[in-house]
Amino acid sequence: MTVADDAAAPAMAADQGKSLFKRNLENFAENRLALASAVLVLIFVLMAIFAPWIAPHDPNETDLFRRLQPPGWMPGGEWSYLLGCDGLGRDILSRIIYGSRISIFIGTAVILVATTIGIVAGLAAGYLRGWVDIAISRLVDILLGFPYLIFAIGLMAMMGPGLFNIILALAYKEWVIPCRVVRGETLAVRELEYVEAARAIGASRFHIMLREIMPNILSPVIVVSTIRMADVIILEASLSFLGLGVQPPTASWGSMVADGRAFILEAWWVSTFPGLAILLLVLVINVASQGLRDAFDPRFNE
Amino acid sequence: MRLGKLVERLLQLVPVLLGVSTIVFLMMALTPGDPVEIMIGDQPITPAEELTLRQDLGLDKPIGERFVVFLENAVTGDFGMSLFHRRPVFDVIVERLPATIELSLVALIIALVTSIPLGVMAAIKKNTIIDRVATIGSLLGVSLPGFWFGILLLMLFAVQLRLLPVSGRIGFDSEVAPITHFLLVDTLLRGRLDAFWDALSHILLPAITLGLPMTAILTRVTRTSMLEVLRQDYVAFAEAKGLSRRRILFRHALKNALIPTVSVAALETGSLLGGNMIVETVFGWPGLGRLVVESIFVRNYPLVQAAVLFYAVTYVLVNFVADLLYTLLNPRVKL
Amino acid sequence: MTTMPATPLLQVQGLRTVFETRAGRVFAVDGVDVTVNPGECLGVVGESGSGKSVTFSSVMGLVRAPGRIASGSIRFEGRDLRALSPPDMRKIRGRDIAMTMQDALTALNPALTVGEQILEVLYAHDETLPEGRIMARRRAARAKAVEMLELVGIASAGDRLQYYPHEFSGGMRQRIMIAIALACRPKLLIADEPTTALDVTIQAQVLELIADIRVRLGMSVVLITHDLGVVSEYCDRVMVMYAGQVVEEGPTASVIQNPQHPYTRGLLQSIPRLSLRGQKIKPIEGQVPDLIDLPPQCRFYSRCSERLDACMNRIDMRELGDKRRARCIRLPEVKA
Repeated sequence: MTVADDAAAPAMAADQGKSLFKRNLENFAENRLALASAVLVLIFVLMAIFAPWIAPHDPNETDLFRRLQPPGWMPGGEWSYLLGCDGLGRDILSRIIYGSRISIFIGTAVILVATTIGIVAGLAAGYLRGWVDIAISRLVDILLGFPYLIFAIGLMAMMGPGLFNIILALAYKEWVIPCRVVRGETLAVRELEYVEAARAIGASRFHIMLREIMPNILSPVIVVSTIRMADVIILEASLSFLGLGVQPPTASWGSMVADGRAFILEAWWVSTFPGLAILLLVLVINVASQGLRDAFDPRFNE
Repeated sequence: MRLGKLVERLLQLVPVLLGVSTIVFLMMALTPGDPVEIMIGDQPITPAEELTLRQDLGLDKPIGERFVVFLENAVTGDFGMSLFHRRPVFDVIVERLPATIELSLVALIIALVTSIPLGVMAAIKKNTIIDRVATIGSLLGVSLPGFWFGILLLMLFAVQLRLLPVSGRIGFDSEVAPITHFLLVDTLLRGRLDAFWDALSHILLPAITLGLPMTAILTRVTRTSMLEVLRQDYVAFAEAKGLSRRRILFRHALKNALIPTVSVAALETGSLLGGNMIVETVFGWPGLGRLVVESIFVRNYPLVQAAVLFYAVTYVLVNFVADLLYTLLNPRVKL
Repeated sequence: MTTMPATPLLQVQGLRTVFETRAGRVFAVDGVDVTVNPGECLGVVGESGSGKSVTFSSVMGLVRAPGRIASGSIRFEGRDLRALSPPDMRKIRGRDIAMTMQDALTALNPALTVGEQILEVLYAHDETLPEGRIMARRRAARAKAVEMLELVGIASAGDRLQYYPHEFSGGMRQRIMIAIALACRPKLLIADEPTTALDVTIQAQVLELIADIRVRLGMSVVLITHDLGVVSEYCDRVMVMYAGQVVEEGPTASVIQNPQHPYTRGLLQSIPRLSLRGQKIKPIEGQVPDLIDLPPQCRFYSRCSERLDACMNRIDMRELGDKRRARCIRLPEVKA
């Protein structure tokens, strides 16, 4: 369909003059679904931040009278305890709101740590090459030899549960992904002219890596990291479900679902709603990050 | 000539396997806390007994030596005793293996059988209802937490509708003497159709739950790949030849379009191993995954270590096969 | 070709094919008339974007979304092709009208053997194959396939049937593609840039091959190319296209010796020639116009050295006598 492409070329030319980043952002904004999803992600984040003000009840307050109380719209339920109560009479809605803090915090922390390590390692491997590259690449290959969950579970088994430990356990394998991306991009970029120019004027290797190469590889790394966020959140929830995540009484969506397992016969809402929360958050992150990836796709910008 | 290359690639696996074993060993050795103390717990024990225990476990030797011993044992399959089961770790693991393998295989089959037609249809009828459904389905498939989906399925089919069993691998009445240890196969081989249906009804929900993310990914991959193939010149040329649409689809397009699907499927099979633990826990499936989770809680570390090593080695091998498969399928890529 | 034939083999009138793109509607083919007579070779010349390939894709019914035929009539042996059902159209493709593409490497399926790709055309269309018994049918088809490959000059054709496309050289692949196209002895062969992807030496071989087969089978050929040299050597008539329209048309020798349209003249002048050694090559200045929402005026206006204000209006084809037509108002119109 070269005819169509040729014909559309002059219209595209009108976009030139804006920076690549800005154009990509505009592409993203055009994708209404992705934009809406990004807004929803923001809402989740706000919910997490303002949890104490939004949640109708104390998430840890037990009330045995309200044990397994149905959601507000069902007989026996109260509207003030909208989504019902769990086995200890705690308000599910409030726990879900507070639970968002765990998911979002852990997800963000893991991605930040992993991306930082990944960028450093990837830059070093891609630019310095030699034994640094070999060592890092070997390490990457070995780590990739573990199924994700097994590795995390193994680590958690050894380290014991806890917030800090989960972040470590997940980050241990996660950094491999941004590292590979960064390494690939660095390899591609290092031969370009502006890097040669920097070398020619005697810039130190460190300077080159930081100032010349890194700004240009950030885009794909950001895109990949946002996509990974969704997976990390599900992983944390899975670990918590198995009992290897945050410990009670802290409310994690995963452990809430696990708590509800005992009651699937008589109180379906205890497991259902926390899981629904996970689904929603992960869904909107996925849509938004896909949109981001499509917007930054170089093929759209020729 | 081909064999030489194959051996070469196999040899490249060795450092990876070695590295994996090292990491598994280190995970154990670097655990904060004394494993012996953890294992003893609150039980009364004399210092002499404690020393014997320590020596038995080889924990009194320096770490380098322990590593070598670990490797030696790993190769021979000796992972020590599982105090919890009072049997060798290796035996316990092997006993649970068939259940996990059977579950994974069925999940894989379900994934392939669903995703390929769906992906192909979505590509052919692009932007129609089927395409939308496939795309949304894929999105949901990767966004659903497996453990929640499993519980949801249970609530719907087992509790509400009472169509399928709640847990386990098979009912008491349907037990048969094992041949292959794969229940679906054994029940047929023993000619017990009722037992076969029973086994099938037990494996259905867990396999669907396990296979869901893979189905989602494979549908996307197949759709994208098919779209790409349909744009190719050779498809246009085949049309110019006046061939029937069926012929073009099945002979020209599919063969090329399925290459990415198969290779991604092979790669993702490894991740089925991870999902096992969740699904087996939710459905009470007596496989290796659930064994691992249980062992963690009773602090049966030798078993956990052995299982992790086993999973890792399997994963590396599966990826290797996946790589091989890709080079075989693509007629233009030489080994 | 001596006398004027009665009915043309292919008659296209007023063809308009449109593509809906992100930026707007593009009429890749905008009011094109094509006539191909039995046994003749028509050359179609134009640069990328002129619509030359899309015209004949439209004739074959191969235009897919986001493109479609907006209007016009396409008649082959008197039959209206646009009115045919898809199964009927499929019978015409490959059997009565065949097409080859520019790059044989991408046109041949890398996952299928060459033999299979010839055989499937025979199985689809050839009614002379024995019915019923599979083995006899297969043998007959195979024999024909070997015959075709030998016709195009592939040695030891019988063995070569089970090779894959990437195991042949570029020139041989092009021949194989021609063999596939001609397997059912079509009446019309549309060769889309048959030589563009080939070395110069191979180009000559392939063109000779096409010319030779054309004579032997009494076939009509449409040679789509951007190379006027090829056209002058092999084609009876030539049609020059620009920006979706036909701008000049007539017997080859006549057009080349005496081009009437400024674009044709420009094309001829921009060919490097030994006889003009020492003189500068004169390329045509400017670029092809944006095809989206074109105003009704001469499309060559922005690049024409002889333009007038009057050229800003809609320009129709004019008969120039001697079976020649051109789309320019600066020419004397002759009532034919």
